[in-house]
Amino acid sequence: MTLAITGLGVRYDDMTALADLDLTVAPGELFVLLGGSGSGKTTLLRAIAGFVRPWTGRIVLDGTDLAPLPPHRRPVNTMFQSYALFPHLSVADNVAFGLRRQGLRGAALAARVGEMLALVRLEAMAGRRPHELSGGQQQRVALARSLAPGPRLLLLDEPLSALDRSLRADTRTELMRLQRRLGTSFILVTHDQDEALGMADRIGVMRNGRLAQVGAPDEVYERPADRFVAEFLGAANILVGELAPDGTFRLPDGTLLRTGTTGQAGPRLLALRPERLRLEDGPNRLPGIVVAQEYAGESVTTQVRRPDGSLLRSVQALDRGFGAARLAPGAPVTLGWPPEACIVLPAT
Amino acid sequence: MGAAARRCWGARVSRLLLLWLAAGYAFLYAPIAYLVVFSFNASRMVTAWDGASLRWYQELATDPTLVDAALLSLRIAAGSATLATLIGTAAGYGLARFGRFRGRGALEAALAAPLVLPEVITGLSLLLLFVMLEQAIGWPRGRGAGTVTLAHASVSVAYVAAVVRARLADAGTTLEQAAMDLYASPARAFALVTLPLMAPALLAGWLLAFTLSMDDLVVASFTSGPGASTLPMVVFSMTRLGTTPEIYALATVIVAVVAGGLALLSLLRLRAR
Repeated sequence: MTLAITGLGVRYDDMTALADLDLTVAPGELFVLLGGSGSGKTTLLRAIAGFVRPWTGRIVLDGTDLAPLPPHRRPVNTMFQSYALFPHLSVADNVAFGLRRQGLRGAALAARVGEMLALVRLEAMAGRRPHELSGGQQQRVALARSLAPGPRLLLLDEPLSALDRSLRADTRTELMRLQRRLGTSFILVTHDQDEALGMADRIGVMRNGRLAQVGAPDEVYERPADRFVAEFLGAANILVGELAPDGTFRLPDGTLLRTGTTGQAGPRLLALRPERLRLEDGPNRLPGIVVAQEYAGESVTTQVRRPDGSLLRSVQALDRGFGAARLAPGAPVTLGWPPEACIVLPAT
Repeated sequence: MGAAARRCWGARVSRLLLLWLAAGYAFLYAPIAYLVVFSFNASRMVTAWDGASLRWYQELATDPTLVDAALLSLRIAAGSATLATLIGTAAGYGLARFGRFRGRGALEAALAAPLVLPEVITGLSLLLLFVMLEQAIGWPRGRGAGTVTLAHASVSVAYVAAVVRARLADAGTTLEQAAMDLYASPARAFALVTLPLMAPALLAGWLLAFTLSMDDLVVASFTSGPGASTLPMVVFSMTRLGTTPEIYALATVIVAVVAGGLALLSLLRLRAR
């Protein structure tokens, strides 16, 4: 299955929810849509499922334009954020719902339902009603129900958001295992960047109804397209300055930094990931004074004030304990980093 | 304040509360209890006790006026409740699910009117309508059980619509969307998901309409005709001529049926849980 979306636009009354959106999802891909609330990620999902009517653009699945089809004619299933399990039906009947609509009956139906329940390890719960299950079990029933009819594409709307933290990590692994095993393409919506980075084959970062950037997790993280993506996915120190043709970045106070990139000269932003800034001398260096340290067990965040008053954050892994990295507030430090840690971004 | 003192204070408060509770229940149920007790009175006097007897129950069973009126009331109640449920469900579904449409405001106002309109006005206007219709198109021919059923249904539609609408608004549209996402056509989704979701509201609406009809004296008096007197109408005209314990016996039977129904309902609910 290949999904190709071109020029998609969705409007609610006079508000534009999606604008001129292009996206291609490959067979067997786990694509994660990441964005804040109101960014349009759920609208995009609903447009693919058929619950939102686009006013322009095409949604083509394996050569068939889905736009004129109502939701029940689309070979696409959704796993709803609230699970939307039918409260008056048993677990088995919930899973069988889509299969019955496909005309499956009798032994074949029972076999397929059993197979799906085994897949999510809920065989023992077949006769229960949804309200008799825990949140994690309900989540798995919803997954089994949406996968049972063998959709070519599964849409998952924040599938882990209703689970508590300890369950989430396990369920994430489980979801990825199932996806690999079945080879179904997934489009998963989330606002959780750890989920996005950890699960995705590719991430699409959404903002204001547009895709700000699409790429593999490390690509989007290490080479964000603009300041929004850099700050939305992970933390970033942003410096304002000018790029010279040879790749030298000049700060307003005259400090020169080597970026290892070349490009057209002009005003730019420099983004620096906190974990790339070392509290020691390096090819690039900026002096400052320690403001505070924030201890997080596996790592420590150090806030450093530069002479011009701006703050920089540096995150150090504590692979040799906190003792070696502890700094008193007011202590002078030098932040150092290699040229390849510099991310040069457009000035706006 | 120590724990013992607090417990003592709590006990005093709850005793006072119990007293209030008893007073409240007495206010609500003492008249009914009085009525039940005196239905077993041997005497014709409705205020003096003269030994226990089932005399009035025998008279009730052999009094064709009351029995016929009771049966007629049941028929009208069942008919009007069913009609009101059909129309009210459609109206409630439309209001809960169709979003904005032309005439929505008018429909809402029309549905709210019977809830606030005095019954006398409702009854009078329905009477005028039936009379005019008969003159204009020859239907309904005369007034009787049929016109009372229509009148009751027209009043009850508002109640059913309100109950159904509240239930649907509560349930949201996600489940219907889930059904359609799993290849159910809109009609299928309605039958397989919406209808079961609405079922408790349909039952509640039907029972409400049934009760309203059984209970109604005013609208029925306006819209009924000769030979079609509902139970409340018969009871009311009997009391005007002076009550006999026969009416108490009838009231006791009704109380017993209602109480039995409620008990059955809570038993079923307990089982369902």
